[in-house]
Amino acid sequence: MTSAPDRPVIGVLALQGDVREHVAALRAEGADPRPVRRPEELADVDGIVLPGGESTTMAKLAGRFGLLEPLRAAVGSGLPAYGTCAGMILLADRLLDAPPDQATVGGLDVTVRRNAFGRQVDSFESRVELAGLDGGPLTAVFIRAPWVEDAGNGVEVLGRVVGGPADGRIVAVRQRNVVATSFHPELTGDRRVHALFVDIVRRRLAERAGADAGDERGLSS
Amino acid sequence: MSTPTEQTVGATGTDRVKRGMAEQLKGGVIMDVVTPEQARIAEDAGAVAVMALERVPADIRAQGGIARMSDPDMVQGIIDAVSIPVMAKARIGHFVEAQVLQSLGVDYIDESEVLSPADEAHHIDKHAFTVPFVCGATDLGEALRRISEGAAMIRSKGEAGTGNVVEATRHMRALRAGIKRLATLDESELYVAAKELRAPHDLVVEVARLGALPVVLFTAGGIATPADAAMMMQLGAQGVFVGSGIFKSGDPAQRAAAIVQATTFFDDPDVIAKVSRGLGEAMVGINVSTLPESERYATRGW
Repeated sequence: MTSAPDRPVIGVLALQGDVREHVAALRAEGADPRPVRRPEELADVDGIVLPGGESTTMAKLAGRFGLLEPLRAAVGSGLPAYGTCAGMILLADRLLDAPPDQATVGGLDVTVRRNAFGRQVDSFESRVELAGLDGGPLTAVFIRAPWVEDAGNGVEVLGRVVGGPADGRIVAVRQRNVVATSFHPELTGDRRVHALFVDIVRRRLAERAGADAGDERGLSS
Repeated sequence: MSTPTEQTVGATGTDRVKRGMAEQLKGGVIMDVVTPEQARIAEDAGAVAVMALERVPADIRAQGGIARMSDPDMVQGIIDAVSIPVMAKARIGHFVEAQVLQSLGVDYIDESEVLSPADEAHHIDKHAFTVPFVCGATDLGEALRRISEGAAMIRSKGEAGTGNVVEATRHMRALRAGIKRLATLDESELYVAAKELRAPHDLVVEVARLGALPVVLFTAGGIATPADAAMMMQLGAQGVFVGSGIFKSGDPAQRAAAIVQATTFFDDPDVIAKVSRGLGEAMVGINVSTLPESERYATRGW
């Protein structure tokens, strides 16, 4: 991890899904985005985005190509991660309405229900207010989306659905360096959530640089 | 928290929701299945979606007759069997088949030339539906006409049920060449280009500006091997439909998984070589040049 804090290297899991949209949003927010399909590509990143897509497909490919364990280890040891839709499913510690053998990366102490809002004919866009995000509610695009059924004590709820049959459901969460949204900011051109995530990555890089400098001073004294 | 207003309550069936669904499928493989068991094999292999139909194109070809929308019981059985998206085919122009499929809750409708056309002049008005549509195209003009009717995703037609990738190659190259050509034209030339393409001027301008279609482009029609899938991806496809190629082969589960992996690692010959080993018999295949014109599906639709 040698990148400059102002231009962090952020990986986008590129096994399948809307990778291109995340790459564009991260680049526009000043990060250096890189597709990640192999374990060695994961080793070079300061943060990782798990995109939208089909979570069962991504989990299977991650398992087959030896990415699942390195991802678990990296997120478990504090690598900042942001998941949208399928990415939220991959970051959940527990799943509902998933095939019994579906593996996850984990890292978020939440239970996520797959396809919670229904089938594609129920997919919708709505306005969602996110805690800590200036500039008013954002347009949230929900596509066969999951929601957070329940969240552990260490998880901060950032946003909920307002109105309609799913009123009050949790659709955005954060636990330390891990952020997840049920919806797809990458499809709307509103980059505020990406900016928030890039900021998390920058802060962690700065902290680590500070800690390293502290270690060096400690050694020389 | 603010009170619900018109803006905060969900809007279904918007362009962004329809096209966005296809964006989520990118880099993936959509597999034709005719039973719930096949659907489960496809899901286990890593398919991003399944296409529910009564007969795979190779059987439609062999058996002849009129090919129609599938039996609702069969579609429902497949919807119940898997958690991944389920697509289904309606005949070209058959808007009531499409209404039925929407009512069953399928996630995407393929208005498909593989089935017998129900209207020789009009495609379905796809704007009228909440469920999104994918349509086949052989070139840029056809793709843009389908998008103007509301298609939220395009696939090359290829020649379904042949196991022969040559037509898919032709259509992918034609689409790519058409898009590249538009990007070289200036504003004043785009009016004539629209006329030549028989497509709306505003869509032509959008493609010229983007250097790409405004919707996701998959490939279909004749893909039978991992190398076929990877070749289509290298030619610019954003994902792959596999029809007869999987369940008409010797070892469907293994071939399905291999095609999924080759689609993700389409630019890595080492991976493609590895996954292509020991797959058993591919589907037999048909030489397209020996097919009489009347048996070519790609000429259906206009």
